[in-house]
Amino acid sequence: MSVPIHYYLILSAFMFLTGLVGVLVRRNIIVILLCIELMLNATNINFVAFAEYLHDLGGQIFVFFTLTVAAAEVGVGLAIVVAIHRSKDTINVEEFNLLKW
Amino acid sequence: MAYVFFGYFAGVIALTAVLVVALRNPVYSALSLLVMFFHVAGLYVTLHAEFLFAVQLMVYAGAILIFYLFAVMFLTEKTPDRYHIQSRGSLLIGGAIIVEIAVLAGQHGVSFGSTVERTASSSPSEAGNTEAIGQLLYTSYLFPFEVASLILLVAMIGSIVLSKKDLSESPPS
Repeated sequence: MSVPIHYYLILSAFMFLTGLVGVLVRRNIIVILLCIELMLNATNINFVAFAEYLHDLGGQIFVFFTLTVAAAEVGVGLAIVVAIHRSKDTINVEEFNLLKW
Repeated sequence: MAYVFFGYFAGVIALTAVLVVALRNPVYSALSLLVMFFHVAGLYVTLHAEFLFAVQLMVYAGAILIFYLFAVMFLTEKTPDRYHIQSRGSLLIGGAIIVEIAVLAGQHGVSFGSTVERTASSSPSEAGNTEAIGQLLYTSYLFPFEVASLILLVAMIGSIVLSKKDLSESPPS
């Protein structure tokens, strides 16, 4: 007796939508990066669920690549945030207008 | 039984995912994301991905979230004084956790021989999750694995360069 796969898909879709809403709604750039992690975790759950139900370990391998992207994102993203905070003294995305003219 | 575990993990994951977005304080958002990472790891165990369980705990809950908490503490302008107040209850909880770790370590030392015997007697076709992932990762997915290492190298160099120079100063021409 195992849980059907669409339960996992619904959970993952809910997590992804929550992260997406967070990215669009929140104004703190660190919380936006946290919401991106939330979305990456939702895709990871999808990968692992399909790897279990299709009996193919390739899905679990791809979680590693998602993990790599997440680690790179947190490294570069927080470096950018620290650099912006040093030059503009804020972490509110409304006040980031470096690329506007 | 599987439904019970799935229901518990899914419920906590959904609740903490909403809390990450809804809570005003970034520290609380990061801490609820920590709880979510733990329960996603539990979900991996129910999906027979034991190695990813360990990786999730070490990389996400261990490394990435510490980065975020560091950034939150570093960049948030005003920290309320209640962060510096420690209640007596935390001492109680910490003591209980230490006792639990000691008990678990003692039990593990007693039953260690039997677990080794059991894993050694299993046939190689029923190799563990870690071994199967290792086989697949270093044969079929060797090239993407190397590309992933390149991504990490680029991220490392990029974060060093970004944190060394100030954005407001003009780039050297």
